[in-house]
Amino acid sequence: MINFQYLRASVVKIALSLVSKDPKATFIAGGTNLIDLMKRGVTAPEKLIDINKLPLAQIELKNNVLHIGAMVSNSALAEDSIVKEQFPLLALALQSGASAQLRNVATVGGNMMQRTRCGYFYDTTMPCNKRQPGTGCGAIGGYNRMHAIFGTSESCIAVHPSDMCVGLVALDAQVVIANAKGERKISFADFHRLPGSTPEKDNNLQKGELIVRLEIPTNNLYKNFHYLKVRDRSSYAFALVSVAAALEISQGIIKNARLAMGGVAHKPWRLVEAENFLKGKTANASNFEDAARIAMYGAKGFGENDFKLKLAPNSIIEALTVAKAKA
Amino acid sequence: MLNNDIRQSLLLFKPTMAELDNNQSGDTRRDFLKKSSLFTALSLTPLTVLKAAEGKVDERFAELFEKIPLNLKVNNKPYVLKVEPRATLLDLLREQLHLTGTKKGCDHGQCGACTVHVDGKRVNSCLSLAVMNEGKSITTIEGLAKGDELHPMQAAFIKHDGFQCGYCTPGQIMSAVACVREGHANSKEEIREYMSGNICRCGAYPNIVDAIQEVKEKGTAI
Repeated sequence: MINFQYLRASVVKIALSLVSKDPKATFIAGGTNLIDLMKRGVTAPEKLIDINKLPLAQIELKNNVLHIGAMVSNSALAEDSIVKEQFPLLALALQSGASAQLRNVATVGGNMMQRTRCGYFYDTTMPCNKRQPGTGCGAIGGYNRMHAIFGTSESCIAVHPSDMCVGLVALDAQVVIANAKGERKISFADFHRLPGSTPEKDNNLQKGELIVRLEIPTNNLYKNFHYLKVRDRSSYAFALVSVAAALEISQGIIKNARLAMGGVAHKPWRLVEAENFLKGKTANASNFEDAARIAMYGAKGFGENDFKLKLAPNSIIEALTVAKAKA
Repeated sequence: MLNNDIRQSLLLFKPTMAELDNNQSGDTRRDFLKKSSLFTALSLTPLTVLKAAEGKVDERFAELFEKIPLNLKVNNKPYVLKVEPRATLLDLLREQLHLTGTKKGCDHGQCGACTVHVDGKRVNSCLSLAVMNEGKSITTIEGLAKGDELHPMQAAFIKHDGFQCGYCTPGQIMSAVACVREGHANSKEEIREYMSGNICRCGAYPNIVDAIQEVKEKGTAI
């Protein structure tokens, strides 16, 4: 690992000014992804600002909105009693990600900021537009079994690796971001972005900005929910495809539906059209199959990942079926 | 200045062939490995960096070599240390404190061999910068036994033959203790899920699960 300067900040304003002044400075929270990337030479910041002392580790329910500090660890969030009772989909998504050791250290903000695990991004001898813009995409025409089927571009077909984020986008979370001017709030669905011609940008956070908390409105989606993660081994592996499904069912009729997928796009992939189709319909197999068909409009395989074109709709149907059966 | 230091340390650490053959220096295998890895580290340091540091041409390079003060406890013993920012907690434990029970497996957070407890929580010490552990209390495998009395989890691993080569064992045991303390050892399935961050290439998993289940079911405070 190339050496660097190390500073600690215990106040948000100071943390922001330290990073905005210095183009080669970056924040470090849990570091479980950043340190890995630095060891492999994928990234080499000259200055690290340690934000672990920032007072952003609270979980509070205020006026029917759950406030989650950006420095809350993944395990603390998954084990929180309010989260387990009122947002069990989020708890389940969190528990599906990484290992117990990593979840103890990885933070909510850091989970959102983690980079893709595309092999070409990690291998510094290979072309990658995300790591080094303009060098090309090794995965298109290369090894792309893990790669995206939605929202791809000619520059990049990488996927966002998070499970937590798939749960959060399904739950209509909001992201609160601090900058020199104060705070701004954006919807979780607009936080991550598609690669387009600038795949080096994973999200819409600007230089000198910091995620400070998430806000999730309470809902009636805590009974019929499921997070299905399909992967190469039964635990501790990234998703081939994952599905977050939550239904509000009243007398057999779907009043509200939330669906999102992981492992299929450059961002957590919300399935709004499929949700809209399900609303007002009977919660049964044929409607679940139709919703899965609608969800797959526009999907495109790249060879090795063509199996996802079948795996994804099957996973949607399975997740909805399990969610319905939970009542 | 710095180049002289480096030259001296190279002379100091470079074993002669005679020493290697006869081991007249009384070196252990570990000493030799350490010296040869230091050799490698120095030879990999870019010349420009060494020159800049020597002539103080660029203050920024010099700063990079600056060590940062670090206070922490390891196995209840307080330490006042100085570390490079890039040193991981794992390297600090093994190389500076000579607590070599904690193992370096993949060095990328994928195998769990480096698992230690930080303020009571299990973490991968290979993915934690040492300087990020200021004021923290670390427990390593060396800190589990009470003198000659093994920790119940250590005893259970021996009883159930929870290892073959033993390389992953310190990490497995640290993770297993945490797994029981967290309350995630209520069934074989739950143990397997919550121990998935520790890889055993010998495949001792069934015996590891048995050991953990026995400690959990005995119910003694661990």
